[in-house]
Amino acid sequence: MIPAAFDYEVAESTDHAVQLLGEHGDDAKLLAGGHSLLPLMKLRLARPSVLIDIGGLSDLAYIKDAGDHVEIGALTRMCDIAASDLLRRHCGLIAEAAGQVGDPQVRHRATIGGSLAHGDPASDPPVALLTVDAELVVRGPGGERTVPASGFFTNFFETALGPQDLLTSVRVPKLAAGTGWSYQKFHRRAIDWAIVGVAALVERDDGTVKRAAVGLTNMATTPLRSAGVESALAGRPASAEAFAEAAAHAPEGTNPPSDTNASAEYRTALSSILVRRALEAAVA
Amino acid sequence: MAVAERTIGTSPPRKEDPELITGQARYTDDLTMPGMLHMVVVRSPFAHARIKGVDASKALAMDGVVAVYTGADLAADWAGPLLMAWAVSEDLKNPPHWPLTKDEARHQGDGVAVVLATSRAAAKDAAEAVEVDYEPLPVVVDMEAALADGAPLVHEDQGTNKAYTWSLKNGDVDAVFAAAPVVVKERYVIQRAIPTAIETRAVIADPSPAMGEYTLWSATQIPHIVRVAMVVATGIPESKLRVIAPRVGGGFGSKLQVYAEEALCLLVAKKLGRPVKWVEERSENYLATHHGRDQIQVAELAADEQGKIRGFRFNIMVNMGAYLMIITPGTPLLGAFVYCGCYGGDAYEVNFTGVFTNTTPTDAYRGAGRPEATYAIERIIEALARKVGKDPVEIRRLNFLPAFTEPTPMPGGLSIDSGNYDATLDQALELAGYDQLRKEQQVRRERGDTKQIGIGLSTYLEMCGLAPSRVLKALNYAAGGWDAATIRLSPTGKVQVIAGTSPHGQGHATTFAQIVADDLGIPFDDIEVITGDTTLAPLGMDTYGSRSIAIGGVAVHRAAMKIVEKTRRIAAHELEVSDEDLDYASGTFSVKGAPDRAKTVPGLAWSAWTAHDLPDGMEPGLEETAVYDAANFVFPYGAHICAVEVDTETGQVDILKYVAVDDVGVVINPQIVDGQVAGGVIQGIAEALFEEAVYSDDGQLLTASLTNYEVPAASDVPSIVIGRGPELPSTTNELGVKGVGETGTIASPPAVINAVIDALSHLGVTDVPRPASPENVWRTIRSTRGGDGR
Ligand SMILES: Cc1cc2nc3c(=O)[nH]c(=O)nc-3n(C[C@H](O)[C@H](O)[C@H](O)COP(=O)(O)OP(=O)(O)OC[C@H]3O[C@@H](n4cnc5c(N)ncnc54)[C@H](O)[C@@H]3O)c2cc1C
Repeated sequence: MIPAAFDYEVAESTDHAVQLLGEHGDDAKLLAGGHSLLPLMKLRLARPSVLIDIGGLSDLAYIKDAGDHVEIGALTRMCDIAASDLLRRHCGLIAEAAGQVGDPQVRHRATIGGSLAHGDPASDPPVALLTVDAELVVRGPGGERTVPASGFFTNFFETALGPQDLLTSVRVPKLAAGTGWSYQKFHRRAIDWAIVGVAALVERDDGTVKRAAVGLTNMATTPLRSAGVESALAGRPASAEAFAEAAAHAPEGTNPPSDTNASAEYRTALSSILVRRALEAAVA
Repeated sequence: MAVAERTIGTSPPRKEDPELITGQARYTDDLTMPGMLHMVVVRSPFAHARIKGVDASKALAMDGVVAVYTGADLAADWAGPLLMAWAVSEDLKNPPHWPLTKDEARHQGDGVAVVLATSRAAAKDAAEAVEVDYEPLPVVVDMEAALADGAPLVHEDQGTNKAYTWSLKNGDVDAVFAAAPVVVKERYVIQRAIPTAIETRAVIADPSPAMGEYTLWSATQIPHIVRVAMVVATGIPESKLRVIAPRVGGGFGSKLQVYAEEALCLLVAKKLGRPVKWVEERSENYLATHHGRDQIQVAELAADEQGKIRGFRFNIMVNMGAYLMIITPGTPLLGAFVYCGCYGGDAYEVNFTGVFTNTTPTDAYRGAGRPEATYAIERIIEALARKVGKDPVEIRRLNFLPAFTEPTPMPGGLSIDSGNYDATLDQALELAGYDQLRKEQQVRRERGDTKQIGIGLSTYLEMCGLAPSRVLKALNYAAGGWDAATIRLSPTGKVQVIAGTSPHGQGHATTFAQIVADDLGIPFDDIEVITGDTTLAPLGMDTYGSRSIAIGGVAVHRAAMKIVEKTRRIAAHELEVSDEDLDYASGTFSVKGAPDRAKTVPGLAWSAWTAHDLPDGMEPGLEETAVYDAANFVFPYGAHICAVEVDTETGQVDILKYVAVDDVGVVINPQIVDGQVAGGVIQGIAEALFEEAVYSDDGQLLTASLTNYEVPAASDVPSIVIGRGPELPSTTNELGVKGVGETGTIASPPAVINAVIDALSHLGVTDVPRPASPENVWRTIRSTRGGDGR
């Protein structure tokens, strides 16, 4: 559990971080909470030659009301997101998903930026952000740009971030009043990643589903939106029967992994059960 | 004179805790020596491969690297292979197990070379640079496949993968089965488990080249046995070797072992004349520290129409892994006598077949043999209940051995010390609210709830307190089972207890001090307990098999009673009465009929030290040693009840309630006993629901980290409701104590699995694989309901 040798730089500011990334190029890695990167380094599965520590950039640790959305700085820890009243009020799903990450120790280190940048399809916050159509703010060599969550996750542990990009914040749209939500995380131990997770939003109009958004954790090489379930629900009554029927579409477009915790077959079966439960819980 | 209050039966704050709570306890990895080198082991990534060559030139050229040795380099230095102490049968195959393999790697993680460097990081970097030319060979991981014709051989020269066969038979088993109106037969698979102590292993060998002496620090349960075993492997005589187990962070049997790295550190320290440290990494621990369990059992009961058991028959295949380690072949034998549980019957047969595979060796894991035995009998008795239409409580009551307080024979062939199996069951039923649970179960059944309730029982009989030396001889084990204690009083009446058992989390210092405090009437705080060092505590057989109280504690008590006898003579001399004229209670000798004329043990310690006026011929000083070899085992027993809720859609199992009633005889420290029970039960729940070592067909351990070897945490397990039953004193020893280190792990897996099966019994489920993971339960439900779960 000893990483290969590396150099260590501390970023004094966001600009400095971008500058250091420019200097060290592809061999550098940003270090935020370190809870994904350091385990990989200790197992020598990752061997960056330079670590650029952004953990101290407190100007990137915030949760603020920005009118139609809530903005979360990339260095914000999961524990602060889970405890945020602002988020609970306007987009409780994000706080809930962050509160389901690992255990209290993990949540006090892990950052939202690290969680997104790592691109692990088994992580909880990315799916929640994908489900609410969040927008990601990125600083790169060419300046600042925004990337929709739907275009961010490109493959297994791969994202739209280039080697010199720094994720600075996430913009979370405020949910329309009365939108129900749920995050169903299925795992064996409290500390485990999801075998399957389901994020659901249900906007209703008089007992009818106006809009539903459903995201799946650990059902493919990236976090997924379940188009099949979403379209099956639109305009249907928000009833147990409709939910069950829609949930049967959950496996569509998925490509779940098989590992020692669960086979792909089992994950497929779980996805329908959990989508149904998430929808029911969202309107409960 | 005030009589000191008894501490036995109370829970004074543990002597061990201040340094643990403040982080000041020193484990092996906390120690460092001047000029110390760090060792890293290069391990085979293949489960089976010929080593065609090793090129260490790159590694040797790296900064800080002092030496690299391969198995071949060291071959001539060993006095012998690693110790295997239990040749259970004549047909046993015991291929030599060298600290580094010389020619072939036989499991993933088999040691191929060692790198020595001035820092751990440098050693680690250099180990990566050692180039080993492997020629992969065919691999076998499955026991049944290993015994099939034409299977790849783990040890080519042995000509077979069958390591041994061993049988125990009482009565005419075949006749009983042939005549029985009811026979049940089932097959159970006990998955492989990985002990996962919080502290991984660690070793430091510190040589004194001028003197030819060595000190070996090791995170071990067995410093005394390691010392003898090192003579066998390294040829360093015992007189030149001191073994110290400093603070040790858990073992669960995995540190009841003589490991390659202990021998390697010593040998390399000898060659280089410098201290050598090795600390196991967590992922390395999964490959290089022994595993446990891993059996395929065929269980059979013969009974009458009512379900009264007549005969027991068990045929068991046991996975040895790639080599036989210290008690690999003997581990199942530790359970051989208790496959009958606490039930009567006329005929009894247990057969074991040991099998080599290309996997990490197995050996003792908390309970060692007895959890497997208990699982077999506690599952098959429920199968019998189903067959004769009785409920699980009724079938057990019908078959319990009657209550007794004098040694009584049981079908396994041993004589049990004391027991009242109905009494522990009664208490467990009450604590569980059994009738209420059954009602709730019925309500949910009728409503057709998604989440169904199941209730599982396990009424078990354990044998522990390893072990009467004569029995060990009869079983062909190489050593004895006694233990020792020395008690030494300082001039001012403070006490040193020097014990031969070696703690790694059990609280020996507290428990032993309580025994001595009561025996000698000396305050608990004035008693110091010394363990885990072959120089300070030269006599001992260490800690495993729930022996530390039942053997080591009795030795402590006997040494204390020798102190009482010597001080009695001094007191009689000083009071000018005869020995028989003195009453003794809690440290005070008083003259019969004249209680004011009295002497206390601390005062008499002063007399013994000054030696101014001792009885004629008496040696000065107050120090006594007792060595205790038990005449029999001790037999804890009890009843566990588990209530689970099973999500019939997902297969998820949640424990609603867990009740453990364990009669462990006289309880010295209730809090420590509760801790052992709860910890043991949780470790058993882990086996029932969470943990499983999974190998791929090519012998790669897929669960080689804490992320996927599912050790549950506090949030994943229930609190345990604890009862003690009638607390019948053991008749084996004068303290009346039994053992408690393993009860929970022995009793709990069948209670949990029986509960899961019970929750699904309305669907026709009669078996569920271990662990009852969500997917395994889901598959079970699907297979019974014709594939769609409805
Ligand atoms: C025991 C344990 C349990 C866990 N359980 C869960 C769980 O249940 N659910 C879950 O979702 N996660 C879980 N995690 C993962 C945890 O949430 C991760 O730590 C987190 O996802 C990554 O955040 P970090 O700040 O630690 O990132 P780091 O480890 O510091 O970095 C991760 C990657 O992101 C890059 N990076 C970090 N910040 C930025 C940035 N601002 N811009 C660009 N790139 C960046 C790094 O270079 C690195 O490649 C667990 C982790 C542990 C150790």
